[in-house]
Amino acid sequence: MRHFLVLLCAATTAVQAQSTSPAAAPARSTLAPGPGALSVPNADPFPSTYRAPTSRAVLITNATILTAAGPQIDRGFVLMRDGKIVSVGSGAAPAAGDAEVIDANGRYVTPGLIDTHSHMGAGAAPGGQALSDINEATNPSTARVWVEHSVWPQDAQFPRVLAGGVTTLQILPGSANLVGGRSVVLKVVPSVSVQGMKFPGARYGLKMACGENPKRVYAARSPSTRMGNVAGYRAVWIGAEAYRRRWDKWLADKSGDPPTRDLENETLAEVLRGNILVQNHCYRADEMLQMIDIAKEFGYRIRSFHHGVEAYKLADVMARDSISGSLWSDWGGFKMEAIDGIRANLALVHNAGARAIVHSDDASGAQRLNQDASKARAAGAAVGIAIDDATLIKWVTYNPAWALDLHDRIGSLEAGKNADVVLWSANPFSVYARPDRVWIDGTLRLDRADPRQAWRTDFELGYVPAASTQTGGRR
Amino acid sequence: MRKLSLVALAALTFAGTSAVVAQETVAITGGTIYPVSGPRIENGTIILTNGIITAVGANVAIPAGARRVDASGKWITPGLVAPVTSLGVVEVGAVTDTRDVGARGLNGIAAAFRVWDALNPNAMSIPVARQDGGITTVGVMPAGGMVAGMGAVIELRSGVTADAMLRKSPAAMVATLDNASASQSGSRAEALAKFRTLLRDAREFNLGRARYDAGSMRDLSASRADLEAMQLVLRGTIPLIVNVDRASEILNAIALGKEFGIRIVINSGAEAWQVAAQLAAARVPVMTGAMNNIPDGFSALGQRQENLGLLRLAGVQVAIVGNGAGGEDNFNVRNLRYEAGNAVAYGMTWDDALRAITLSPAEILGVSDRVGSLAVGKAANLVVWTGDPFEYATQPEIVFVAGNDTRVFTRQDQLTARYRNLPVKY
Repeated sequence: MRHFLVLLCAATTAVQAQSTSPAAAPARSTLAPGPGALSVPNADPFPSTYRAPTSRAVLITNATILTAAGPQIDRGFVLMRDGKIVSVGSGAAPAAGDAEVIDANGRYVTPGLIDTHSHMGAGAAPGGQALSDINEATNPSTARVWVEHSVWPQDAQFPRVLAGGVTTLQILPGSANLVGGRSVVLKVVPSVSVQGMKFPGARYGLKMACGENPKRVYAARSPSTRMGNVAGYRAVWIGAEAYRRRWDKWLADKSGDPPTRDLENETLAEVLRGNILVQNHCYRADEMLQMIDIAKEFGYRIRSFHHGVEAYKLADVMARDSISGSLWSDWGGFKMEAIDGIRANLALVHNAGARAIVHSDDASGAQRLNQDASKARAAGAAVGIAIDDATLIKWVTYNPAWALDLHDRIGSLEAGKNADVVLWSANPFSVYARPDRVWIDGTLRLDRADPRQAWRTDFELGYVPAASTQTGGRR
Repeated sequence: MRKLSLVALAALTFAGTSAVVAQETVAITGGTIYPVSGPRIENGTIILTNGIITAVGANVAIPAGARRVDASGKWITPGLVAPVTSLGVVEVGAVTDTRDVGARGLNGIAAAFRVWDALNPNAMSIPVARQDGGITTVGVMPAGGMVAGMGAVIELRSGVTADAMLRKSPAAMVATLDNASASQSGSRAEALAKFRTLLRDAREFNLGRARYDAGSMRDLSASRADLEAMQLVLRGTIPLIVNVDRASEILNAIALGKEFGIRIVINSGAEAWQVAAQLAAARVPVMTGAMNNIPDGFSALGQRQENLGLLRLAGVQVAIVGNGAGGEDNFNVRNLRYEAGNAVAYGMTWDDALRAITLSPAEILGVSDRVGSLAVGKAANLVVWTGDPFEYATQPEIVFVAGNDTRVFTRQDQLTARYRNLPVKY
């Protein structure tokens, strides 16, 4: 049974679990019990079934390239083949054999954009109670829930965010609870199941939330105050640490029956082992600093503060502790803990040396992460912080990839990385720019020139007017 | 403003704020002027005298003693007009004590509600909308229920009383169709029926006040104050802004306007593009945005970002209101210009988009005689921009309201200055 610990700890090898899962077993009249039925943790009970379709090689030439891995390249090329970036550079393009050659004619090419904070699919359009699956607001800690079980792949918001150049999304549970549950990382592709969208090998995240939301939702019981919130987190981690020790001991010596599985603590123990990344909704600087202390007390790390409208007040600490900031360009004022929102937040976080990330928390905003980055940069410029395009692109590509621990696979245009690529109509930091084409793993997923090929979710059929009938706008 | 150091700005906190209309002559020279009411003027000059525009053109004599503002390389537009906001009547959205935007009313009817009576001239979002967004005039509109009440148009001055900010009050009546629950109805049809009953009752009340006062009239569906307020709509003194999204319900609103001879303005209007021809024929304006394409309700399945462009193509008068998320009716009213930029990206012409955030909303709210364009005799509300106002890299450099250079160090500017260099020193 030793291999289960390996599976549990190494998300990148989790795909092995497929061979032992019931779904992958050959058809027979009586299925053998799956790993989860054996009272031991099952690392990957809902494995990704995403496979990139075979695609023709593509060579984009004469492009202005923001690689997110170095300076801007003028009149450059990008070659992608078999789902990967083969080469990126300036000057003469390499011979590309049978590749489709696209003359960008100076247009911009960037990595696919990444949103670390989305509820798409779990809070699907057209909304209403029937599609409200973001918050399991029945207990202050619901580490046991996995948001992927709420995601409806037919949410019409998915194709729209793809049209905004977004290729990867982290879907998070909501912020009603102190501990909201597991996130899931998705590729923005059509699929019958959420597993068909899951980013193979991506780590899970754990959603935690500070401040007003949990204490409001649970005011009638507990927590009803911020001090109640903090007591709640600590109680949860005390239980999780005991669970982790019991299990790690049993996995080491296999003595006697295994401890009883507990979905709540299974997820939390994986955070303590460093295998699940903490994604922490928190607005106020003082509370973020407390959350950092709690993480230290229990020996886990916070990968990203989400919303963090006051991140600029502790940006130096975030830089020191390697905590990224998943932030809006300018939201604020809508609740008491958001009144100190300023437009220079992202720029000040960046300037302090922490990783600045433009996130959305909104299916409209997710379509314009590039515009939000541009707005935030302008606010930085107003206080003497200059940020060039080649740096700014990281706020919506490389830095969010880091927050998901996927920066070795996505987030920049470098040889060997996944071919998630956007060809823009203009500089992506202009309000007038729109994605002309979007590739995911080298497969063309959006071509604005051919709206009839556009991805239409099942829900939209017969309900939402088709793009082909939506012509008539003019420049 | 943005070129000044934060320290210099701090010193200006109150220096530029005048309680009343400016008593000086200002000559703004060298910029490219977009008057909206006329063609673009290169290297133009605008003269502001005691808060009024007294000259605009390429060859304008500069009066002796005028304070000169060099706007070379800058773009000059009218101050922007945001027609539907909650500025000054909502401070912190989730803090009930700071919300004065909705009346309780009776059976969903609060026609007599005057939202501007609670206007807080010190609301923190007001200078932000002006200094970051170049907004100088806004509609402050009530929300909630079937008939939310009456809204006003205000000028975004600082350091004056609420009364001194009022440009026009009332400016519009606000109602919601297409939503059964808002009117405590069981169906969109029942909501429409209730609304028609209200209009008929208001008409009957007006024709029979003596009988009403004598108590010999049948029971009417609203209070005396509400019936009285509805006379402004029935007489055409103010338009009826109808919050409605579904195309068929927009047609119902147009029909309502014809039946009662009242002026209808569609607000939100997610599916308005589907009935653009009917809107144009009925001369019904639409206020909507360009940053939402999500079928986010069964009344908005046809929502799309090309809405504004398609409406203009059909000849419909349009004004832009924010329809993305992020508080574009309050904390982020300043983002109106980006909404216009996105409208252009989705098919509207640049000139139309500028008109849709200046003169068109001024016309819809009945204040175009005073604001919305750069023309002689109009209020000296204008913005000197560092470039194309729709672009993110552009900042409003100077914002004039009634001839006053309004620069202030906003609360957000102060926070930014305090934490510009960490660790903070309080």
